[in-house]
Amino acid sequence: MSNFPPALLFIGGAFCIPLLPTRLRAAFMLLLPVVGFFNVMTMPEGTYWVVPFLQFDLIFGHIDRLSKVWGYIFHIITFLTVIYALHIKRAMEYWAAFVYAGAALGVVFAGDLVSLFIFWEVMTIGSTCLILARNTDSARKAAYRYALVHIAGGLLLLAGIVLKYHNTGSIEFGFLGLHGLAHTLIFLGFGVNCAWPFFHAWLPDAYPEASVTGTVVLSAFTTKTAVYVLARSFPGTPELVILGAIMAAFPIFYAVIENDLRKVLSYSLINQVGFMMVGVGIGTELSINGTAAHAFAHILYKALLFMSMGAVLYRTGKINGTDLGGLHKSMPLTTIFCIIGAASISGFPLTSGFISKAMIISACGAQHLAIVWLILIFASAGVFHHSGIKIPYFAFFAHDSGIRTKEAPLNMLIAMGIAAFLCIFLGVFPQTLYSILPYPEAAAAYVPYTASHVVLMLQLLFFSALAFTILMVTGIYPPELRGINVDCDIIWRRGAQFFFLIVKKIIAPIDSAISHIYRAVGLVLLMALARFLSWFDWNGIDGLVDGSAHCVRSIGRRVSLVLQRGQIQQTIYYTVTFVAVILVAFVWL
Amino acid sequence: MEKSFFEKPRNIKCIRITLYSICFLLFLADGKIHHHADFPWENWFGFFSIFGFVGCVGLVLGAKYILRPLLKREENYYE
Repeated sequence: MSNFPPALLFIGGAFCIPLLPTRLRAAFMLLLPVVGFFNVMTMPEGTYWVVPFLQFDLIFGHIDRLSKVWGYIFHIITFLTVIYALHIKRAMEYWAAFVYAGAALGVVFAGDLVSLFIFWEVMTIGSTCLILARNTDSARKAAYRYALVHIAGGLLLLAGIVLKYHNTGSIEFGFLGLHGLAHTLIFLGFGVNCAWPFFHAWLPDAYPEASVTGTVVLSAFTTKTAVYVLARSFPGTPELVILGAIMAAFPIFYAVIENDLRKVLSYSLINQVGFMMVGVGIGTELSINGTAAHAFAHILYKALLFMSMGAVLYRTGKINGTDLGGLHKSMPLTTIFCIIGAASISGFPLTSGFISKAMIISACGAQHLAIVWLILIFASAGVFHHSGIKIPYFAFFAHDSGIRTKEAPLNMLIAMGIAAFLCIFLGVFPQTLYSILPYPEAAAAYVPYTASHVVLMLQLLFFSALAFTILMVTGIYPPELRGINVDCDIIWRRGAQFFFLIVKKIIAPIDSAISHIYRAVGLVLLMALARFLSWFDWNGIDGLVDGSAHCVRSIGRRVSLVLQRGQIQQTIYYTVTFVAVILVAFVWL
Repeated sequence: MEKSFFEKPRNIKCIRITLYSICFLLFLADGKIHHHADFPWENWFGFFSIFGFVGCVGLVLGAKYILRPLLKREENYYE
């Protein structure tokens, strides 16, 4: 096979980027995703690139219809973000984006848990660098929190993988199913990246802090990679349906009161991933198709929305609803592209959101999950309310903020134009997308455009718009206010502050009290002991040694007075007697 | 300040009236369509229209009167 691992192309390419001159670099970066796309397109299904490492077989090419859907869209979105980012001079952001995208492709095509885990961690590194690239103090802090949350998630995953290997001796990555501690840990590790409720707070905390282009790249990969791994390893897990329904519903409340428009989009991202979670949790052919289609469509329109808000931020330096308004006069094309993205995320007929979300809702109906179905319908109306209307309305219309600026740079307009074209193209020609879905027969049998389906969706959307209009006209709609809304990240942000407070107010005083006590009591005792020992040494030991020396000397003097009188006979007599006594003692004994 | 098409009160009124008319027509369209329903309430007259409207009003009121008082803090809350 003449193909090569997609991750290798991107990560290898990333390290060439800083070495190239600016012009050549742009061409090289545009070429990489195009080559990669054809590489994925021509890859036959099967298992390739098995590399023995220690006692493991690392598999870098587990290729089937499911992984190829993600392979395609990851290449398309990389291509679009490269165009969108072409005005940037520094190579660091490009490097981080390609490492990050390459690692995401690595996860998608991984056939074993060890290489999956390695790519999973490389993704964390790449994405953290993208947040750091904003180069502000708050971005650095957000990147630090982001990295900590994802490292914690990675450790859960690692613990699960190690335990699984210990239990079964296998590191194969395929269907796992939610049973046993090892699989539960893997499940939770995936869940952190998937922005499950409670874990989700890293997403609206970090994404709005990234650079203009960084947020566009980030919105595509982390959560969708997590959706992919769950679709492969935990399809048909009922817990995912419940988690997905919660994810679809609660972020839209946050989105209504949020002022930072990129944060509004971050919350609606969680809401959209909620739909995908329901699809994975149902686990039928229709729902898995719907999840794959929705991930594909979602990456495009979400990137388009982040691109349009990025263009606003790039031109005006502002992103809060309170500071913006009336920009349709300065940025008409950006306004149009934003509205197309907003229509797509809302699921208007003839846009990509309509043909993908409908599959998940239909799958939900086919299983007769009444409450979940009602929540998804409510979430569809709600997402139109905040992403579909609020984002374009507060940025480009509403009251005139007085800001007059230029239209977005040409490269940004081209990227947004292609993304907007694709959103409508997929909506008009759904079979293009349906033909690459994991279950082609089920996809071919699904008809999105029936008269009733179109009318019901339009009813839902237009009456949401009616609600918005009436609430606006009557002044009930909550005005945009400066401020932040606390979310679950309060647990680790305040938690860390609380920890330092405890250290400062309790542990540090105890520590210094102990030092005081030690100084007061310990040192005094020690000195007293030392003084006693030196006295004992001086008087006791030295006295004993000196005394015994005195004693020996005086005995020697007495003895020599008796023995050494100077008479030779006497000396011989003593010597002979001494020798005789020794001899007798020797013989006798 | 120069006003664009979307800022002239007459045009805004036009847009609003168009929206109200479309809503009215869509509401009536329920009598015309035959829907393969998974749940009984899908066939109630005006279900999707009323659900969309009530859902969104509920969403906004809930967010404004319950969530915002509970969650809103100063911008430098974590500093």
